[in-house]
Amino acid sequence: MTMEDSTNPQPILQVRDLNLFYGEKQVLKKISMEITPHSITAIIGPSGCGKSTLLRCFNRMNDLIENCRVEGSIIFGGKTEINDRKLDVTELRRRIGMVFQRPNPFPKSIYDNIAYGIRVAGKVSKSELDARVEEALRKVGLWEEVSDRLEDSGMALSGGQAQRLCIARTIATRPDIILMDEPTSALDPISTQTIEELILELRENYTVVIVTHNMQQAARISDFTAFLYQGELVEHSPTKIMFTRPAEKRTEDYITGRFG
Amino acid sequence: MMFRRVAMTDLVAYGLILVFTAISFVPLMALVFFIIAKGLPRLDLDFLFSISPSLESGGILAPLFGTLVLTVIALVIAVPISLLAAIYLSEYARKDRWFHLIELTIVNLAGVPSVVYGLFGLGLFVIFFGFGKSIIAGALTMACMSLPLLITVFYQSLRAVPMTLREASLALGASRLATTFRVVLPTALSGIFTGVILATARIAGETAPVLFTVAAYYMPNLPESLSDQAMLLSYHLYAISTQNTGVSDEQKYAVTLVLVGLVLGINLLAIAARAKAKNKISSLV
Amino acid sequence: MLRRGKLVELAIEKVLIRTAGYLAVVILFLILLFILREGAPFFTSYRLDEFILRADWYPLSGRYGMLPLLSGSLLVTAVALIFSVPMAICSAIFISEIAPPVLRNLLKVLLEILASVPSVVFGFIGIVLLGPWLQQLLGIRTGMNALTAGILLAFMALPTIASVAEEALQAVPRSLREASLALGASRMQTILKVTVPAASTGIIAGIMLGVGRAIGETMTVMMVAGGSPQITLSPLEPVRTITGTIAAEMGEVVMGDQHYRALFMLGLLLFLITLGINTLSGVIIDRIRRRQGGRGGQGT
Ligand SMILES: Nc1ncnc2c1ncn2[C@@H]1O[C@H](COP(=O)(O)OP(=O)(O)O)[C@@H](O)[C@H]1O
Ligand SMILES: [Mg+2]
Repeated sequence: MTMEDSTNPQPILQVRDLNLFYGEKQVLKKISMEITPHSITAIIGPSGCGKSTLLRCFNRMNDLIENCRVEGSIIFGGKTEINDRKLDVTELRRRIGMVFQRPNPFPKSIYDNIAYGIRVAGKVSKSELDARVEEALRKVGLWEEVSDRLEDSGMALSGGQAQRLCIARTIATRPDIILMDEPTSALDPISTQTIEELILELRENYTVVIVTHNMQQAARISDFTAFLYQGELVEHSPTKIMFTRPAEKRTEDYITGRFG
Repeated sequence: MMFRRVAMTDLVAYGLILVFTAISFVPLMALVFFIIAKGLPRLDLDFLFSISPSLESGGILAPLFGTLVLTVIALVIAVPISLLAAIYLSEYARKDRWFHLIELTIVNLAGVPSVVYGLFGLGLFVIFFGFGKSIIAGALTMACMSLPLLITVFYQSLRAVPMTLREASLALGASRLATTFRVVLPTALSGIFTGVILATARIAGETAPVLFTVAAYYMPNLPESLSDQAMLLSYHLYAISTQNTGVSDEQKYAVTLVLVGLVLGINLLAIAARAKAKNKISSLV
Repeated sequence: MLRRGKLVELAIEKVLIRTAGYLAVVILFLILLFILREGAPFFTSYRLDEFILRADWYPLSGRYGMLPLLSGSLLVTAVALIFSVPMAICSAIFISEIAPPVLRNLLKVLLEILASVPSVVFGFIGIVLLGPWLQQLLGIRTGMNALTAGILLAFMALPTIASVAEEALQAVPRSLREASLALGASRMQTILKVTVPAASTGIIAGIMLGVGRAIGETMTVMMVAGGSPQITLSPLEPVRTITGTIAAEMGEVVMGDQHYRALFMLGLLLFLITLGINTLSGVIIDRIRRRQGGRGGQGT
């Protein structure tokens, strides 16, 4: 299902008329958008506008919320309907991983944190497991820092390290898409910079969708930006265009800081 | 003037609260010391670990053994079931009407008097299943009695596991079941352990449920199978302190000391375990 | 996209875990069922109204009036409440509002220890210590009476009442206390006029749970209440309770005869009384917990 056609790639996610309700309250309104493979898409918008909710639609994390109802369609890789009730969500989430706002390593060793996703997917040999753990840690630049203490608890890492551990944990399951929900908002500026550089590197192998309420961050790292306002997708365009010549008045107001 | 009067009534209130609090706690501590002082002289290895040829001669191995066996078997039955029940309530159940029904049922089960559990065990296990008065009937009765306590404590310790850990696991493609067994349970382990210890103390100290289901007044030997009756520490104390058996006061106090020591000791263990569980969870959030 | 092992997983989830979840409901139902199964035939040979209304319990002469037993249970419970309510509320206030943290934690541990002392131990203490002591002190005929049983029960109900009351006091919002203090009330005035009233529903729920505990308590009352099935208001008289009657007489009956079945009907009576009390206090406690603010939303 990986996209080989690089000239005019088929979108990896196609969202059509997505509505989402928490009980009676409609939180996402008729959202339609496409995500280009091997790109970084930033979702911006004021707090409470539905960014996290939209992101969690892509890997069905909203299933955990009892009174949540979803309408519309999200096609993954051109053929898989994500909102299909019969879909194996565990398989889906292995293909579309997620990194959360606060680093949330398991109270397990660093090694077991990374190995977790691989192990739950099925049996693998010890040597392959070792190799994949090392590969994941190298990709996030954590290998040098922790290779001699893989048995230490993942909880003992600093905030920035812990978040990189969480990214490595996601990478280790070899997803196609990585969703990130404000991954740096709980971190200091230096850790934030490290993570941003990491995200830029990830573009080579993965598709990244990142929620941020930091517009500079969106401008710095994303190829495309989607502006969400009160549950509606106001504008979705290449980041350069969005931040220089926004098509919509509301977008301009938001990015120039007139509200939000 | 004003100030003085207010201060006076305040002082009286403080005094009353203090006195009543003291009345609540001081006798308990005095009692524990009293039991220790009265029971300790008679306590030795021989008293603990020999089988008495008659009630009067001491030697409480039989009741000690009976209590131990009964408690272990009851726990072996009750703990896994309660854990599954708590998992259902914490990880699977929607918080709907049925959930509240179960919740209310558990509160009620916890409040059912232990003697009613005894009647229930007599009706179901002793008579209906035909187990007769036996260790297995007593253990099953005790298991039923400890379910509400176990489910409640297990449920609370599962709920204390931060949601973010479940989300992380699910987002990595783990199923709900895998998440429960690989992430939630290990994190909640010390809380679960606390529940088990609390139930241990409860079972070891209870008397009423075993009256009609297992307890033997006197046996000159240890039980040999699960269908035998058994002597139990709590029932033994009841028997020697109410029947005119010629058992010396010294011996009664010694039995009391063993029972109290056992139950309080186990409880202190539970309290320590819970403190540890709290620390662990708070380091996660 | 079905995986291997998915079926096993589904079986565990849908059958094992789900069934266990509902087990509590099944057991409550079974308790009722099997008490009725053994007890209900009683009314084929004895009239329900006589069971409920007669004032004599003489199984040997075939008379099964439960009133003296009910009054015995109520008297002992009332005595227990008279002692335990002030003790428990004061302890809860002290623990929640006055004691420094170290002492608070110590007292909470002591409460738990008190809750775990086996009831036979209380009974034993009643027989060898409290009973004889009260007999001497008050110059009465016997130390085995409702007063002795009630005092011991007070200590047994104390942890239940005190811990629920303490929880209720803790649940009172800080802002309420601060508002009172800012208006110039002293700390004690704040406790008595603001905090305690605000927590009163919870305290009442705790007392009700304590009542349930006291009514259902068996070994202690069987050992020290004296055992006479009589209707009396005097706590200095020996009385016989529902629980004590079941526990003491079950050993002497022939399985399946009228007396045996009567004891099961006493069990049913007890079951229904405690069910009522616990449901009510459960509802109250639940309401308080909910008012305290349930689980919040999803966050940002
Ligand atoms: N579990 C929930 N139940 C009800 N409403 C929710 C829930 N989660 C979020 N919301 C509401 O949905 C809206 C969007 O939330 P969210 O997607 O978290 O916003 P954002 O991430 O953009 O700050 C908010 O108004 C929020 O209050
Ligand atoms: Mg958000």
